[in-house]
Amino acid sequence: MAEYKRPSSLMPMATGYCPGCMHALATRLVADVIDELQQADNAINVVSVGCSALNLYSWKGDVIGSAHGRAPAVATGIKRCLPDRLVFTYQGDGDLAAIGLAEIMSAANRGENFTVIFANNQTYGMTGGQMAPTTLIGQKTTTTRFGRDAQTTGYPLKMCELISVLEAPVFVARYALNSVKGVQDAKKGIKKAFEMQMAGKGFTFIELLTNCPTNWGMNPLDTLEYMNTNTIPYFKPGIYKDKEAEA
Amino acid sequence: MVSINDMMCKGCGYCIKFCPKHILEMGKERSEKGHFYPVMTNKDACISCAICALMCPEGAIEVSSDKA
Repeated sequence: MAEYKRPSSLMPMATGYCPGCMHALATRLVADVIDELQQADNAINVVSVGCSALNLYSWKGDVIGSAHGRAPAVATGIKRCLPDRLVFTYQGDGDLAAIGLAEIMSAANRGENFTVIFANNQTYGMTGGQMAPTTLIGQKTTTTRFGRDAQTTGYPLKMCELISVLEAPVFVARYALNSVKGVQDAKKGIKKAFEMQMAGKGFTFIELLTNCPTNWGMNPLDTLEYMNTNTIPYFKPGIYKDKEAEA
Repeated sequence: MVSINDMMCKGCGYCIKFCPKHILEMGKERSEKGHFYPVMTNKDACISCAICALMCPEGAIEVSSDKA
């Protein structure tokens, strides 16, 4: 027997996301964990630009907006001024892996004590489904109409692998939200990252593989299978770095 | 007991796909917002595992352990 109540950190209304969008699922998971840790009044959500920013409408607690890709810089400032607060950024792949690449790598390299929740849906959702740095080879978007070609646009950027080679980050993990196990693991991972932050351990990074039914041009249920056959083989879920376990 | 808030549900169907007892199905009526939403076909078979609630992106499903 299990019980489930809608997290109190969320407003009692529907989100601004499309039907079946896993941004909403990711937001709800973060809210679930914050409720479990009883940090609803203590958490600060730093949102950036893109579909990821839509969660500020459904978030009941403190939220601050930031310039495109600059959420890690804003979070750095907040965490240094208010070290007792639970600070996390919520960013999409166009925001974090493209325009914000310098910010995220610098914040990770400095080992700032906050958590980054990175929702990777392999496209620029809000602007109409253009190619993102994480778009898969062969994936059709509005700017790669015959599929992404590695000859001209390179390969999808693997953020977890990039960040895990740095010295400072303490917990780097990737989870896929298209299965029950993936969602359960993601919840555990987010909880672990927040607990490590509260213990003052350092920089924690959670990548969540999500979908974009609207811009992938698919039914939400078909995206689950698409993720199994295309996304997960390239972006392999798992824990890439865990200093607590290594110690 | 599973309660589905039809004002939040957008009809993505994840709860129907992941229900281990296969007792949810898409309803025939639309909500006020215009989405079809799931209904439970067999309340007695529900084991209150809360997987539907876990997979619901909108948080539209709440599960309590008491039987309806």
